[in-house]
This record gives sequence, structure tokens and C-alpha cells, in this order.
Amino acid sequence: MTRFANFWSACALGIVLGVAGTASAADNLLIRNATVHTLTSEARGDTDVLVRDGRIVEIGRNLAAPSGVRVIDAQGRPVTPGIFAGLTRVGLEEIGLESTTGDHAQRLGQMRPEFDVSLAYNPAAMSVGVHRSNGLTFTVLTPGAASGGSLVAGLGAPVSFDGSAILPQRILFVDLGGDANDLSGGSRAAQFMLLRQAIVEARAPNLVMVHDERLLSPSGRQVLLEFLKNPGLIVFDVDRAADIRNVIRMVREEKLRAVIRGGSEAWRIADELAGAQIPVILDPLVNLPDSFDDLGATLENAARLRKAGVTVAISMRGSEVDDAGKVRQAAGNAVAHGMSWADGLAAITRVPAEIFGIGDRFGSLAIGRPADLVMWSGDPLEVSSAAMLVVTNGVVQSLESRHSALRDRYAERVRNGTAR
Amino acid sequence: MNTPNRRNPGLALAVVLCSTLLGVSACSTTGAVAKSDVAATKSAARTRVEPSSPPSTPAPVYPSTYKVVEAPPTLIRNATLLTGTGERLEGTDLLLRDGKVAAIGKSLAAPTGARIIDASGRWVTPGIIDVHSHLGVYPSPGVEAHSDGNEATAPATPQVWAEHSVWPQDPGFEAALAGGITTLQVLPGSANLFGGRSVVLKNVPSVTYQGMKFPGAPQGLKMACGENPKRVYGNRRQLPSTRMGNVAGWRAQWIEAQEYQRDWRQYEARTAAGAKDLRPPKRDLRLETLAGVLRGEILIQHHCYRADEMAIVLDMAREFGYKVTAFHHATEAYKIANLLAENNVCAAMWADWWGFKMESYDAIPENALLVDAAPGSCAIVHSDSSEGIQRLNQETAKIMGAALRMGQPIKPEHAITWLTRNAARALGIDAVTGTLEVGKNADVVVWNRDPFSVYALADQVFIDGNIRLDRSRPLGAPESDFLLGQPATVAATSETAP
Repeated sequence: MTRFANFWSACALGIVLGVAGTASAADNLLIRNATVHTLTSEARGDTDVLVRDGRIVEIGRNLAAPSGVRVIDAQGRPVTPGIFAGLTRVGLEEIGLESTTGDHAQRLGQMRPEFDVSLAYNPAAMSVGVHRSNGLTFTVLTPGAASGGSLVAGLGAPVSFDGSAILPQRILFVDLGGDANDLSGGSRAAQFMLLRQAIVEARAPNLVMVHDERLLSPSGRQVLLEFLKNPGLIVFDVDRAADIRNVIRMVREEKLRAVIRGGSEAWRIADELAGAQIPVILDPLVNLPDSFDDLGATLENAARLRKAGVTVAISMRGSEVDDAGKVRQAAGNAVAHGMSWADGLAAITRVPAEIFGIGDRFGSLAIGRPADLVMWSGDPLEVSSAAMLVVTNGVVQSLESRHSALRDRYAERVRNGTAR
Repeated sequence: MNTPNRRNPGLALAVVLCSTLLGVSACSTTGAVAKSDVAATKSAARTRVEPSSPPSTPAPVYPSTYKVVEAPPTLIRNATLLTGTGERLEGTDLLLRDGKVAAIGKSLAAPTGARIIDASGRWVTPGIIDVHSHLGVYPSPGVEAHSDGNEATAPATPQVWAEHSVWPQDPGFEAALAGGITTLQVLPGSANLFGGRSVVLKNVPSVTYQGMKFPGAPQGLKMACGENPKRVYGNRRQLPSTRMGNVAGWRAQWIEAQEYQRDWRQYEARTAAGAKDLRPPKRDLRLETLAGVLRGEILIQHHCYRADEMAIVLDMAREFGYKVTAFHHATEAYKIANLLAENNVCAAMWADWWGFKMESYDAIPENALLVDAAPGSCAIVHSDSSEGIQRLNQETAKIMGAALRMGQPIKPEHAITWLTRNAARALGIDAVTGTLEVGKNADVVVWNRDPFSVYALADQVFIDGNIRLDRSRPLGAPESDFLLGQPATVAATSETAP
């Protein structure tokens, strides 16, 4: 078994890359003979990508290699933008069942829209390195609506898996439906009632209420008001068609900017979502009636929504740290069930980046941008394909992780017959 | 969460309570035995049936009522065949007749009245077997009333049988069929040190579970290591609250089982010697199960993550003279791959689950790969999930991707054994299914392409030669009564199939 440092030279893929060790400052490299998926135009074969000082400076054929630039022959392999890990807890949680390692949800028993989960982000979390080594380069940190918390889960933020700072965008997360009933006195009707009340409080800061009747703290009112004025992006986690329809109505009446997350029954009101220009971030593997909110769940959800003109991105339903590893598989399955391949790739690159206002940094390849790209051993939607080169924020990333370190230690023992 | 349905966060409160709060995952039961075709062949060697041994459970009880449906012969022509024995045969025909694989070869003649399937450009594999499922016992929808997988009221409940919880209307069964699943083991959860008996089912629609029960398949006994039992009972201030408590809890039960066995042997010996009017020992459902394990009739299916704990379990099996058939989840199996192989123990694993609990912190994508690399190993890819069971081929493809990264590619004809032959071995049914060999049950999947592609779909699925899924025909009504008249299926059946 090969150690990682020389894994490329020994691997059956037959290309040699001196990619190892820790990430350095902005890199210079020329990727030759790739099939380049810029996500802004058709895929181009036999195409080169030139990165200088960490930025994409040229995409074209037969580019000259400036001196000092590392040259990588892709041998026709695909190059895509870095993949969106989805709405996750990556960097917010190490181990699901260990509460001291998890920070994604507050249990204060109060509605706190100002709860900014990105303050807990740890770029050194094991999962950040693991996912990055597998070609995922960005996520949106997602607060959870936990029992003892609030259906207004709080604020999330996009982050790059390059270990650098959290991006400035803030997104408000709201959980609706049967699984949030214990946060709304037992009824989903009360969820809309509480949201309306919070909106009233935020819009009328001088409203006279005795303290006990208020849902929001002063800072909560301020944060929510900002979201109502600008308006900021609000992600509603909701599945049942009737509930989604209520969201659409509230969005229209309160002039909100909304995204549906989940949406297992979204296809049933696809035309209404298209008309309201509300994107859906869904998990295409959800096809069973896990709950009575999911009775319409189908593998064709993504395809049907696209056919109706709805903007579709992909995120796994589960938000645990390892779930993010399934986004490429999820996109591949959406394609197997009727979504176009191009839409499938866009749903885990360009589309989510644009939804969250970071399309100028992530999700597509364009001249002048910091390089955020991946070269794959094969079709990026195939689960058997592996990331062979990962560049985030202009820096070539190590493909080593805690996983590969464990693998290398024990592969040797198995080979020697001493794994016992 | 480490729940049986941890990938289904939409589960309702009951299951969430049961699985999230208690941290209960599911694993391991044994199926009762109606000695039929399986026992007649393979199990003869496995099972030491001593004439004087006490009855574990007077067999057969709760017998299978499954009957092979009469079907015309089927000739599948010109396929790429992955036999499950490690072979790949190109341009090969497969003849199914009387529920069995009747012939494999080039240009086979079609019997009169045979259904002919042109499989040019398509791939054929044995039916996929999932050794770790909670379909039926944690069914969809995951409402409180459906939380039937963990009898989490005492740490040792070998007396419960998963089959008595199975809801045959679980829509997950037919979803799994679309992923090529022809056989599955349904296990109790892992809240308990001894969770109860598992059952092996054929993935056929039936109003009763008896109609799905795999004739002759041995039951399993689900046991659980580690965090789950000690968390569930530790929170109640009772044993076990520690890993050492887990081991003490197991050993105490085995000691009782040995005494139980001794009492029955003594009774039978005296009776055989002519003693009259002796009162037999009282039957004990809990100890019947454990005695069945000690006699080799019930197979141990042990939920265990950490390498060090698996090694302890192997010592315990030696102490009490039983065999561990398979470790389930086994996220650290790669650390003791040689030990497992030398002890002839299978490891049933995920491709990419990690980090959801401390004992899964060291899970790596190469786990199955390294287990498989040890000489004499038995690597299995399992699901423990109503989503994962629909695409075990893709789970396996992930491991093949990890192999590619290591520069040690795995061939499809080898990878398929993790889902078929090895899985059948862990269930004690490898004499009758799990490979495409003449005389084996005609459990067969015709894939529209290489099954290890994310785009692969099962075009046809045969169970005992009877076609159970056919994508070339318009969708009919769902098999599950629960799905009848629901939004998803009303829309689906009003359209024509692709």
C-alpha cells in the first residue's frame, strides 16, 4: 500500500502530481488537457486552466506554461468548481452524540434569531479536512432547531474549507412542520402564528408589551428587522406541500426572500414555487414517507421541479458531519431519475453558490477569480470517482486527512498480517 | 444519532426518542429454523445437532408460509454476468427454471414457453442481500406507533423475536427491491446487550411476515457492544453503565444458558435411561435462544464498532464455546482484519458513515477494503438504513473509489461478493443463494449497466425465478397498503413508466 506522500505516483491513475503536505500561499499551476466544466458555459474538452498567484487567469486551449508554473496533465479528466457540501454542521460538531463537541443548536428555550452559529465554527475540525480532501470546498453552516430551542434556529453563514475566515453573508434558518411541533406548542399552525408575531415585534420596536409577552430580545428584534428590510435570505426547512404553500403566502405578504429546504413534496406545487421564484434545496434520496410530512416523497422530485422551472440545489437531509460526503451521490441519483447531468452538477456547485450570494467566489470557474476547483478521476457524479487535485481559495490543498492517516497506518499492518 | 434510521431525520418522536435519546441503533436477531433446503445442505456442517440436546425452541414454530410462485422459465441472453463467485462472464446466457439457476453458458437454447430477456449491454448479478436492516421493525412512516425495534426495557432480552415486530406493509421493502434487494436480515436494535432474534426475509410482498420468511434460514441473535447498551441503561442507573458492565452482563447470561442446557441434558439423559414421570425443566424463552446459540443453531450477529471490543467478544465466545458469525458496523474492523479472518468471522460494514458517535470516530472509507485484504476474510457491505438498502451497489462503489485512490482497484466481479456470497454466508444461506451457480435459487438482478455506476438501475429483479420488478412495464399500484392512494403513488401510477 502506498503512503499518501507518493500516492499519485504509485496509483493506477497514472499521473504524477507533487501534491502533498500542507497548503501553501497562493499557487501557480497550469492544468492541461482537462474537460473543463465552468458552469457558466458548455463543458469544454482539451482545455487548459492557468492559475497564477491563486487566481484563474486563463481558460483555453494550448495555453503556454509560464516559467515556474507547475504543469498538471489532466489526460482528459474533468475539472469542476469545488463542490458544495450542503447545509451542514461541518466545523460545528465533531461527534454527533457528544454534546460537548456540538454547537449547532441553542437550547435556551427562547426565540433567538440573533444566535449566530458561525461563532462556533472550528476550521480545524476533522470533518473540514476530510471533506476538503474529497473535493468539497464550501458549506453553509446551519443552526439546528433543537428540542428546548426555537423553531427560529438562528443565523448561519457560508464558509470556505480553506481554513480562512467566515464569509460575511448571514442566513436565517427556520424549521417548520411536524418535526417542529414540540417547538410550537404542538401545532404547525402555531409556527406561522409565532413567526407573524416575531415579525410584528421586529417591525414595531417601540411596541409596548409587557416583557413576558415578547418573543424577541432587543438584539433579536434588530437582527430580524434587518432581514425584513433588506431583505435577507431566510431558509425554511419544510416538506409538506400545504406548509410550503403557507410559506409562499407569508413570503409574499411580508416581502421576504426565501429558500425552501427539504421540500419532499415541493414537486406537488412546483408551478407555484416557480412563480414565486423560490428555490428548493432538496435531498434527492428522500423517497420514503419518513413522516406524514413526506407522503409525497419521490425520487423524481428534483427532475419535476426543474421541469417546472424551479431553481434546485442539493443538500442532504441529514446535517451530521458525515452526511455531506453524499452530495455527489445524491446529485448522481437525481440524474438517474430524470434530472439533466448539467443540472445535477449545477445543483452542487453554481446554484447553491448563487442562492447564498457567494457565486462570485464559488460554484463556477471564471477569469479573475480565486481558483476553487477540483480535478476528478472520472465523472464527478459517480461515487467511485475520486478528487485528484483540490484547489480552494487559490491554494492547492493536501489530499491527506485523518482518514488517510488511519488508513495508511493499518493498511501496512494488514499487508504484514499483523492487524490483530 | 446512531439510530437504525439515523439517515431519516424525518422520523417521528417515538423513534427519535428511542433512537436519538437512547442512542439506540439496531442490530441482530436470529431467525427461527424450519429445516428445509438450507439446512439440508450447508447447515449440516455448521449445526451440531446432538440427539440428546434440549430443544431450543420446539421447531418449527411460526413457520414460513412462503411458496415459490410457479413461473415460466426465463432465459437472460448475452449479459455481462457477475456470478458472485468472483467470476465475470461476458456475453453469457443465464437460464432460470423451476425457481433455480438451471444453466449458465453461451448461446443456451430457450425452453418452450420461456420468457426471453435480451441483456445485451446489461449486467446481471445475484440478488443483493442486506444482512443488516430494520425494515418492518422501524418502518416508514417513523411514527411513535411504529417504534418496534428495541425492547429497551431490560439489557438482556434474547426472548424477543424481531419477526414478531415486522410490519409487512413497510414501503421500504419495495423501495429496496428497486435496488435489487432479494433477501434481507431484519434485526432488533442495539439498545440491549442481547437484543433478540433476527429473521431472514425474502423481499416479497405479503400480508404476513410468515409469507416473507426465508424457509430454512437460521435465526440470528443480535448482541450489542459499546456505547448503546451502556448509555441506555447507565442513564437509568443500572447495569451496564460501562463497557466492563457490558461484558459482565453478557457473561452472566451465558452462565445461565449453560446451566439451562445442563438441566435439559440431565433430564433427557435420565429419561433415556428409563426414569419415568420426571418433570422436564420449565421452558424459558430467554434461555432457549441462548442455548440455541451454544448449540450452533442460532447465529451471532454482534453490533460492535471498536477493534478492542471485538477482540474481547471473541475471547468471550471461546470462554462459552460459541461462534461469532458476524460483527456488524465494525467500524474499526480494519484494525484487526487478520484477527477476524483467522477466526472466520465476517464483518458487515458501511462505506461512509463516521463521526456520529465516539466509537465511530475512527471509521474510514477503506474499512471494508482492508478487511477484505486479509487472507480468508469475509467482508460485507450492509445498510442499517432504509435509504442505504436501496443502493448497496453505490455504497460498494464508494469503497471501489477508495480503492482507486489507494492505487489498488477492485474489480466488479470481486466487489459484488461483498453484497451476495459473503452476505449469504453470514446468514447461513450460502448453500442456496448468494451466487449464480447451477442449482442455486434463481435470485437475480438485471441491471441496465455496470451496477457500480451511480446511474445504474435494476431493470428486472427475480426471486426464486419469479419476476418481482420489471422496469420495462408501466408502474402498477404499490405493494404497500400504506402507499395506496397517497400523493406520491397516485401521481406515479397516473403516468406511464419511463
